[in-house]
Amino acid sequence: MSGSVLYDVPGPRAIARNRIIGVVTILAVAAVIAFLVWRLVATGQFTAQKWVGFTYTRIWEQIAMATLRMLAAFAAAAVGALILGFILAIGRLSDHAWVRWPVTVVTEFLRAVPVLVMMFLLYYGLPVIGIDLESYWAVVIALVAYNGSVLAEVIRAGVESLPRGQREAGYSIGLRKSGVMRLILMPQAIRAMMPVIISQLVVTLKDTALGFIITYEELLLLAKQLGAASTIGRPIVQMTMVVAVIYIGMCLLLSLVARIVEKRMHRSPKVAGAAPDAGVDPRTHEEGTDTELLALQQGSARSKRPPK
Amino acid sequence: MGVITNNIDLWTEALLGTLKLFFGGAAIAIVLGTIVGAMRVSPVPIARAVGTLYVNTIRNTPLTLVFFGFSFALPPLLGLRIDALLLATCALGIYTATYVAETIRSGINTVPVGQAEAARAIGLSFGQVMSFVVLPQAFRSVIPPMMSVFIALLKNTTVAAGFSVLNLGSMRDWLSERGENQLLVIVWVMVAFVALVMLLSWAQRSFENRWRVAR
Repeated sequence: MSGSVLYDVPGPRAIARNRIIGVVTILAVAAVIAFLVWRLVATGQFTAQKWVGFTYTRIWEQIAMATLRMLAAFAAAAVGALILGFILAIGRLSDHAWVRWPVTVVTEFLRAVPVLVMMFLLYYGLPVIGIDLESYWAVVIALVAYNGSVLAEVIRAGVESLPRGQREAGYSIGLRKSGVMRLILMPQAIRAMMPVIISQLVVTLKDTALGFIITYEELLLLAKQLGAASTIGRPIVQMTMVVAVIYIGMCLLLSLVARIVEKRMHRSPKVAGAAPDAGVDPRTHEEGTDTELLALQQGSARSKRPPK
Repeated sequence: MGVITNNIDLWTEALLGTLKLFFGGAAIAIVLGTIVGAMRVSPVPIARAVGTLYVNTIRNTPLTLVFFGFSFALPPLLGLRIDALLLATCALGIYTATYVAETIRSGINTVPVGQAEAARAIGLSFGQVMSFVVLPQAFRSVIPPMMSVFIALLKNTTVAAGFSVLNLGSMRDWLSERGENQLLVIVWVMVAFVALVMLLSWAQRSFENRWRVAR
């Protein structure tokens, strides 16, 4: 590991010590896995009777339908969040204080409220005043509200990180405010922030699982129902495994897309000038990727200059 | 206001539940996250691989699924009845640990390699390089994002409401049984969270100003 901040190039003693640490790590991981396998075997989780449910087409159909419902909620939420994100970002970048301030308050509010509480409000709260929403819409709207506000901050940070000259050059060739935003600033900001936007979509995908708590029929609810069915031997552990594979697989796939986009971006000369140099931390309340966050913060005096 | 004053017993208990989940989860996350973070930057390839695998898997797992596994799949496996609060705290801790680990790792990575090389060149030992040069600088760039991780943790405690742990998120359930207006209850819960998040954001800003990295 040359080039690490922490360690010098190891000498013979350090190499020997590293080997010992490696062996200890392997043993520790093996112990955890062995314990889990032992419990799985000891409680009879691998017996045919526990897995018999998965030999029925009917059950796989149900799993497929639940997956589709999850993806339907995700797709609607992703599109909605992107649209809301643009609207809020443009509002926050407005020259007019009477637009900027209300939008800022709304954005901050939506980011501070937990997604689940927002779902409760939509699903259990609104019927009190006579508005009945299906659980699907409660999930979608809550996800749009939260992720839209986070994306708004991401896009705004992307725009504000662009060099001033971009905007000024736009005005000097005679573009209006809307033209500068649409033709000059937004395309660069979106390209620079693409990996962050996609990782926020991974957060959206993960959060569709919250629909389980407000009884949206997605995978976890199905897993709980089938896991309690005595006719197929109450396979709760098995259902959890299957659902985990589906959920984690999908999120990993989307994360992979984010990483590929990021790699391509680093190679692309188009974004070299528009590399994110955000003065403002775009994702203060965000639960997703913090990895690039420090890279964003680093090397910039965190000047919170007001949008011009 | 009646929603609160008539049920002050339950609100206190719920706030206490949220705080227990928050501090318990944070404690597990800090301990586990520091270990995993250390593994992620260690010179031992196998430790790095294990750390990376853990972080990548858990970060792509929905928190609700982690809760689900802990609450429904783990007790039958161990053959024990485990307290729901304990299970929820563990789920939160294990989930948040990945974010803590990543924050620590990227904090260490912000320290320029030249700093450590210069320190070694003037003859400091490993311990001195760490305690005088690398860690003080890393600490400063870790604190603000770490606060963001804890704000997310605070909001995530509400997920425990789906797994029979009394906290602010489950107030709607409890108070609707007492015949209270659900909409009002949820609005008050929202107010409570906005207030708590603002408190943490304020702490974040003041930490940030105190430990600004001057490079």
